[in-house]
Amino acid sequence: MSGLGLDLRWIPRALGLGLLAFIIFGPLTNLVLWAVAERWYFPHALPLKYGFSYWVAVFAPRGNATGSLVNSVVIACLTVVISIGLAVPAGYALARLRLPARGLILLTLLIPQAFPNLPVYVNIARIFYQFGLNGTVLGVVLVHASHGLVYAVWIATAAFSALDKELEEAARSIGASGLRTFVDVTLPLAAPGLLASAVFVFLESLDEFTGTYFVGAPDVTTLPLLLYTAGAGGNYQIASITALILLVPSIAFMLVIERFLRADVLSKVGR
Amino acid sequence: MVPAVRRPSDLTPADDLSVPYSGDPMPQTLLGLLLVTPALAIVILLFIVPLASSITGAFEVDGGHGLGNFAKAFELYANDMAFTVVIVLSSTALIGLCSIAISGYLTLGSNPRAVAILRWLYRWPLFVPFIVVGQVLRTFLAKNGLMNSLIVETGLLTASQTTSFLDWRGIVIAFTWKQTPFVTLLLAGAMASLDRSMIESARNLGASRLRILFEIILPQVLPTLMVGLILGIVTMMSVLSVPMMVNAQTPTMITASMAFRINAYGDYGVANALGVVSLVMTSAVAWLYLRQTMRDHR
Repeated sequence: MSGLGLDLRWIPRALGLGLLAFIIFGPLTNLVLWAVAERWYFPHALPLKYGFSYWVAVFAPRGNATGSLVNSVVIACLTVVISIGLAVPAGYALARLRLPARGLILLTLLIPQAFPNLPVYVNIARIFYQFGLNGTVLGVVLVHASHGLVYAVWIATAAFSALDKELEEAARSIGASGLRTFVDVTLPLAAPGLLASAVFVFLESLDEFTGTYFVGAPDVTTLPLLLYTAGAGGNYQIASITALILLVPSIAFMLVIERFLRADVLSKVGR
Repeated sequence: MVPAVRRPSDLTPADDLSVPYSGDPMPQTLLGLLLVTPALAIVILLFIVPLASSITGAFEVDGGHGLGNFAKAFELYANDMAFTVVIVLSSTALIGLCSIAISGYLTLGSNPRAVAILRWLYRWPLFVPFIVVGQVLRTFLAKNGLMNSLIVETGLLTASQTTSFLDWRGIVIAFTWKQTPFVTLLLAGAMASLDRSMIESARNLGASRLRILFEIILPQVLPTLMVGLILGIVTMMSVLSVPMMVNAQTPTMITASMAFRINAYGDYGVANALGVVSLVMTSAVAWLYLRQTMRDHR
């Protein structure tokens, strides 16, 4: 009897979970299909011919994807260097040092999350134009860094706050200088958190579209811009291949940080 | 403004550091300010200054000041503004419902295996970039996209009965698809940290799980839900790729209208006026929320 009851209760469960799986993986499957479809037209539910000829075209030495990929990676790396380079001292100061107007500083760092950033990018583009930064890699990096920096400072502040102060005090008491203590004790201890924020900033930069669209285009083409132009031109294979390239690092990151996404870790957010 | 959001202010305050190093060459305050200044300067120069100039720029008309840009913006884009409000509100409602349903099942689900599957399943869209969401849904929801092809294949509809979802519905679907996992993550976290004893005793008294969810759990996690939804609204008002890729015709969202105003006409005045409208919309939501919280705390 109880076995039968259990079986029956799996019917709504399976229906619900199946529907959710379709909603989530249907569109993603569609993307993979488009990436390997040679010929696909209505009313055929599945591609008529599969192959990798578009991949060859995309990654050909003279194809535009290689250049965009290099651009994207260079921009993302520079963004990480700037964001983390500025966030580590700022995070340390916010977590450990006595600061005047600390609340005001934190509020200023929250503002980019509280306002829509499209009007901001529009005006950055106008300001950058006067300085000749429009259409340059540096201009795009600065826009990405201003966005990534905010996350990086939050995470760095959290990482430094979580450290046990006694270890630093012990180092100081046996005569290490402040800088030496920071480099040899504090920084290695905070490294996991800082690394996570570096990866996060890297991905944010890799996926960023709006700022690059206003500041970089058409001179600096990144993968999201290539995806957009290919899609707008109706070239769904190239757009889908580009989308897959963008998707892989993001999903990998999700699987890596899965343990940080546990409910108990996040229970303090927003309270 | 959403100061009540993920707060670094919850972190350990600096004042519990009892300044043990009297031999510092520099006073701690000065050192702290020196360390914070570069990051702060970038945020001020590259976010707050452009934000301010988007507001002042909206009032600049032919060298003077006036409301001309707003008049033009309302004359040309009133439809788009209404469209934006409808899209953002319906997406927010859907995101709220879906995240309550998912996190509710994660908290109260009786079958551990079903809960585990759901937990594995729901968060996939979280890390799919918006630009990829736009591309994926454009091909999936089109009149001859995979979704309609599969429906035709199953015989539910014929090919001539299918419709394209690439209009306001497409944008709502895209936002809901992408944003629900984030709000669910926050909400499930808040629910997991609740005291289980009240839930257990309600269950022992025979309350249904639906009733426990809506009468005991939800009132306690409402602040978290609100924060998640407001962050979602700010995001929806910032994303350009989804409206441009999913819904290419008019009416469209004012984000796409702003981009069009600049690309086609180089008209920063009207674009900034539209920007101010979008700022007012998000601030209004945040203000309503803050007022409610203040009232609740009184």
